[in-house]
Amino acid sequence: MQFSGRRKKLISSSQSDLYDHCLQFYGQPPLDNISLIEFETFAVERLKLLKTVENLGVSYVKTTDQYIKKLEAEFLSLNFPFRAEVDDRKVPGVTSEYEKRRKDHISHFILRLAYCQTEDLRRWFIQQEMDLFRYRFGILSSKHKTEFLHKNNLKYETVSAEEKKYLRDKLINSSYGLSGITLEEYDFYRVPFQDALDLVRTRKVYLLAGNAYIPQNEIVTIVLNDFRTRLSKALAVTARSLPAVQSDERLQPLLSHLSHAYVGQDYSIQKNVGKISLEQIDPLSGKSFPLCMRHLHKALRENHHLRHGGRMQYGLFLKGIGLTLEQAMQFWRSEFVKGKVDADKFDKAYAYSIRHMFGKEGKRTDYTPYSCMKVILSNPPSQGDYHGCPFRHSDPELLKQKLQSYKIAPGGINQILELVKGMHYQLACQKYFELTHSVEDAGFSLNHPNQYFTESQKLLGGGQGIKKEVEMSQKSQENPPSASRPSQANPKQAQEEMGDLDSFFQDE
Amino acid sequence: MPTSDYDSACLPDLLPLYYRRLFPFSQYFRWLSYGGVSKNYFQNREFSFTLKDDIYVRYQSFSSQNELEKEMQKMVPYKIDIGAVYSHRPSQHNTVKSGTFQALEKELVFDIDMTDYDDVRRCCSAADICSKCWTLMTIAIRILDRALREDFGFHHLLWVYSGRRGVHCWVCDDAARKLSVAARSAVAEYLSLVKGGEETLRKVVLSDPIHPFISRSLSVVEHYFPQYAIVDQDILGNKESVDKVLALLPEDIKKDLIEYYQNHKEPMKRWDRLRQLVDHKKSSSKKGGQYYDKEIMLQYCYPRLDVNVSKGVNHLLKSPFSVHPKTGRISVPIDLKELDTFDPFEVPTISLICEELEKPRADEAEDEDVKDKENEQEAAERRRIRDYKRTSLAKYVKVLDRFLDSMARSRKGEMLKKSDLQKDF
Repeated sequence: MQFSGRRKKLISSSQSDLYDHCLQFYGQPPLDNISLIEFETFAVERLKLLKTVENLGVSYVKTTDQYIKKLEAEFLSLNFPFRAEVDDRKVPGVTSEYEKRRKDHISHFILRLAYCQTEDLRRWFIQQEMDLFRYRFGILSSKHKTEFLHKNNLKYETVSAEEKKYLRDKLINSSYGLSGITLEEYDFYRVPFQDALDLVRTRKVYLLAGNAYIPQNEIVTIVLNDFRTRLSKALAVTARSLPAVQSDERLQPLLSHLSHAYVGQDYSIQKNVGKISLEQIDPLSGKSFPLCMRHLHKALRENHHLRHGGRMQYGLFLKGIGLTLEQAMQFWRSEFVKGKVDADKFDKAYAYSIRHMFGKEGKRTDYTPYSCMKVILSNPPSQGDYHGCPFRHSDPELLKQKLQSYKIAPGGINQILELVKGMHYQLACQKYFELTHSVEDAGFSLNHPNQYFTESQKLLGGGQGIKKEVEMSQKSQENPPSASRPSQANPKQAQEEMGDLDSFFQDE
Repeated sequence: MPTSDYDSACLPDLLPLYYRRLFPFSQYFRWLSYGGVSKNYFQNREFSFTLKDDIYVRYQSFSSQNELEKEMQKMVPYKIDIGAVYSHRPSQHNTVKSGTFQALEKELVFDIDMTDYDDVRRCCSAADICSKCWTLMTIAIRILDRALREDFGFHHLLWVYSGRRGVHCWVCDDAARKLSVAARSAVAEYLSLVKGGEETLRKVVLSDPIHPFISRSLSVVEHYFPQYAIVDQDILGNKESVDKVLALLPEDIKKDLIEYYQNHKEPMKRWDRLRQLVDHKKSSSKKGGQYYDKEIMLQYCYPRLDVNVSKGVNHLLKSPFSVHPKTGRISVPIDLKELDTFDPFEVPTISLICEELEKPRADEAEDEDVKDKENEQEAAERRRIRDYKRTSLAKYVKVLDRFLDSMARSRKGEMLKKSDLQKDF
């Protein structure tokens, strides 16, 4: 790709037939010129799309309607192609299908540059691109699927009608949901078993003489394998030519930013600074903290200490919910001093790192609270640690006991454990949210502990709702003369009432 | 029984004799060279040796049959393992730039170990085996051999008795040797039906539709089950084992059987009753597909393989014709044509064959100085061929010979095909 200043050039026509299908294998890199603005915009938008793919993939099973609808909405809002027809009317203000496909093509290649450098980045990128591809291939019509296969040289032979008849019972018994009728209607492809490992491994396909007999509706798995192999190889090649690209000063900062971006609310800008008081933390931990933070808070209270991993995860979370630096200092110091650490040692050893968290030391980076992904995937806890994600890192038996001690209903606990078994940790936490707040549907897709807190506070009405309840109860108490509470509606009283309600929610 | 008492203390004396006069080096080399099609295939193969006093050495490699012989005769390994074919000579792996020394190819292997069946066999446990539980190996071989040939299209399978309590399978096809880790693990999982450890009671769960692989495997199991499980293992004979079987059944069937078993003691009748009840439940149930009886048969008989052994391209597995230090038995190839009569206790020990070697040869004419011009190696070779042929080892080397001939024929066929294609234009 050539990068010229800020000029936009016309696209060469030889590329136009690359865009005659809405889906592609990204075999050929784009050849046209592109402005830096477009470069950045395309890349960021694709990254948003991939992040959505990632989040939805964790929150919903990938074939359900909810998943499909939500992903479709994202496609529309970000202007990525997913429909099969090329409707190239140039309607002003609306991106043409052609332009969407071009964006798809170019943005993929830009992100390759950003994500080829390390094993972790590559793995992440391949996983999201595969999920994206699976979704887009899945919604193609049968005709378009076949078109795609032929266009991309996946020369798998179709099984003749006679052979299908001969193998009828065996084919029907190998694939779930295949009836005699679909057997006749569907095309079957003969694929070497090495190209169909996922189906072989789970015994979901008929094998004969080293070939798997794949019905046309399963061919996506095969195609995905091919996609993964190609992309994996391509990323390795890209990594080798990366130094040349990185030497371009216009691109280097952008690429670096892309591979570290957490696109979405990062809770780095605290909206409620100073609105939480330290006394509220204990009750809040039972009400509105996600399980990981509740766990950390409890450990801190019990042991008067937390190790580094725990201090980071919990400390940044507290910053995210609105604690000021002064409050944080007071909070940690008062707790540590109850333990083995005296005030002096605290000031020497721990105060620095707290100020660091708030960006007041060293690089002065204002660290952002950890997202769920970060908590689940990095820095697993060892003996003596309390950080991490309890749904991911706790032994299921211990998790069960803990949930029982928090008085979660047994049915709910089972649901949570099922989700944990399926590795849907964020969904399990969402379920925990739903059970502790007594709601059917959390109403949001959990991917950040601070998001849990915010949503919880929203649901519980924060300070406002409780005040209203208090006023209502006071009004009703005004009538009977033998009311035990004085009917005053001043704020101070409301505050005290709130205190009582808080203790009602407290679990210990 | 032709064992001739084996004592592991004799190994230091017997092994040198074995490696000098009996180990079938030329067949071994012929096997691992695979027709010389790939350059340095033998030279880049890793072997590992366990020497006296449990000294373990890896990354052994040899540049020729001669070097292999000399080294083995010098080091006198107690155990020999075969590993992968690497990108470079394993013995020089330290000189290779870090990251470039890689395992490239290896046979697809399977290891069936009798201890993995301890929860379902009553006759023995741990390292012990007997003729009663050996049937499990027969069943395993039949099922896996069929699947690997018919489902996966492999042709060249060498089944080997491990020398103590199990069997190994070496799949030697070209395509098999080139399989990736993912492919090997997929094959192993396709072949796995018994899942779960100590805390899992029901280790086999079947649901509709029943995959053809399962149906085929079931028919093998059903063939052996009555004699093996009901008679030999007597799984419905006493309370303890009956309880284990009942634990795999739903409450209603269990209750009925407990009552029935009060009055009926004959195991075969008990089994028939069990099957009847399951059948009845299936036909009267709307849920369809309930296969408790088939699940029981599979749990008691279906092969249990260790996926980890099959997965790794660089995994080291005991070599055929190595000696098992604990039993003294030679790890010999199994002739599938005689599978039902194979008896692990008839497999020769190193003491036996060394003894047979010393027996005076009444029927052979001794021609030591036939050809003056023949060189040292050829002479040693011919002597060796005469030697092992006099021992019980002979028939097992023949099995390997036939296996190698068949591979050679295959390779020739491939080459003809290729040259035909080339001649086309």
